[in-house]
Amino acid sequence: MGERGTLLEGLRAFRLIAGMWIRSSMTYRTSFVVTMAGNLLMTGMDFVGILLMFSQVDSLGGWSLPEIAFLYGLSATAFGVADLVLGSMDVLGSRIRDGSFDTLLVRPVPVLAQIGADHFAVRRLGRITQGALVLGWALWSVEVDWDPVKVLLVPLMLVSGTVIFSAVFVAGAAFQIYAQDAAEVQNAFTYGGTTLLQYPPTVFGKDFVRGVTFVLPLAFVNWVPACHVLGRAYPLDLPGWAAFAPPLVALVCCALAGLAWRAGLGSYRSTGS
Amino acid sequence: MGSGRLYTAVAAGGFRRYATYRAATAAGVFTNTAFGIILVYTYLALWDEKPHLGGYDQAQAVTYVWLGQCLYATLAIQGGGFEKDLMARIRTGEIAVDLYRPADLQLWWLASDVGRSLFQLLGRGVVPFVFGAVFFPMALPGEVTTWAAFAVALLLAMVVSFGIRYLAALSAFWLMDGMGVSQAVMITGVFFSGIVLPLNAFPGVLGDIVRVLPWAGQLQMPADVLMGKTDPLGAFAFQAVWAVALLAAGRLLQSAATRRVVVQGG
Repeated sequence: MGERGTLLEGLRAFRLIAGMWIRSSMTYRTSFVVTMAGNLLMTGMDFVGILLMFSQVDSLGGWSLPEIAFLYGLSATAFGVADLVLGSMDVLGSRIRDGSFDTLLVRPVPVLAQIGADHFAVRRLGRITQGALVLGWALWSVEVDWDPVKVLLVPLMLVSGTVIFSAVFVAGAAFQIYAQDAAEVQNAFTYGGTTLLQYPPTVFGKDFVRGVTFVLPLAFVNWVPACHVLGRAYPLDLPGWAAFAPPLVALVCCALAGLAWRAGLGSYRSTGS
Repeated sequence: MGSGRLYTAVAAGGFRRYATYRAATAAGVFTNTAFGIILVYTYLALWDEKPHLGGYDQAQAVTYVWLGQCLYATLAIQGGGFEKDLMARIRTGEIAVDLYRPADLQLWWLASDVGRSLFQLLGRGVVPFVFGAVFFPMALPGEVTTWAAFAVALLLAMVVSFGIRYLAALSAFWLMDGMGVSQAVMITGVFFSGIVLPLNAFPGVLGDIVRVLPWAGQLQMPADVLMGKTDPLGAFAFQAVWAVALLAAGRLLQSAATRRVVVQGG
């Protein structure tokens, strides 16, 4: 009961704070449109890279362009949503440095909601749009014998993927409470994570794939379920049910990230000066 | 005589300023290494599919990846060096103080940015590069002369990179807000410098175009000099022509801009 109350209160606070930032960014409309277009172009650069590669070859790691676009679209869209909701977390480090984090702690609103909605940037819709466009093209051009299960797996992957990436963002925020200046480490897991998932698992070394399957389970964002949809062999010879594990993996990630966040908050000491 | 010492001091200041943030530097090393690993695997797959793409063999493609990670922050390929500070100073009007100083504006910022570059190279670039050399097969030259030529190409690359971003920063005299320009610096830098894919491997006419743009002087030229893929003197000439052209354009724009400065309350 109490937990649920906190959750609802947090969501409400998130909505209010995000709404405030949206209104503020809409004050300069031209600037907003330009930055959003820029965001779309910038995030599209990864895909341009893939297209450039495919201007030279017909397959990469044994995967065709539509298949890789399928991976890319899933990874970029799921990451884009997580980035929209929680991507502002990387300002946490500077908030801790300048002491303004204390202000957030004394407000009667869950800190996570405040930090997530801090500097909420609608321009991040650029990444989601770009990811969704690639995904749309991939779904249209990829050769798959669709059945109801495979069709359902697509939205399931997007939702679970978003949750997994969100958990990574939250864990990264908890890490920043300890590390402060070292906020950039987080980028290796968030931006690095979405980048590596844009390529097929066959490209990477076996130990590397093991790491992103069992240690940081990014493989469940798209690799494993997408292998089922495309009728390809699973990475690491995972069992058949692994394709349906993403919701469970997402749940575990959330629990762990939540614990990390609580531990981080508990050990917070103010700047002291 | 005095001015040489002045700009050396400014460069040393730029070096020390970035050297202060040790944790941030360590974090940067980690991130560049992580991205290097991801990119190396994709490049190996690509060169597996098409050996000798762009005239590189696999070891050379791997070398290119790690050099890219090494120079990513050094050459501020996606921006984020001195130009953010300069734009802020133009917006707030603090630039008026800079113009009063008995120092040349362009040289001042060049010195400061070269100082930053040198720190980023040593503090942030070397470790990922060495990591790459230890864990992946790389094509590194044995002769000292090649490394010396590489050092010259790198220094010229720093000036080219500065020249591009100086022009971008001066745009703040007209635009005030640097957000859009910074974004443009980022997009063009990432695409045209060849950090996504070596410019040698770009297809057809697009390849011919990107290889003559100034960004080619940033990563592609030093990489080709290091791996003996091009005549060093030709590479130096290419970089020097662009460096001089960009610096001259910067000077021209600067004189036009400073005529526009109106200090608050004046």
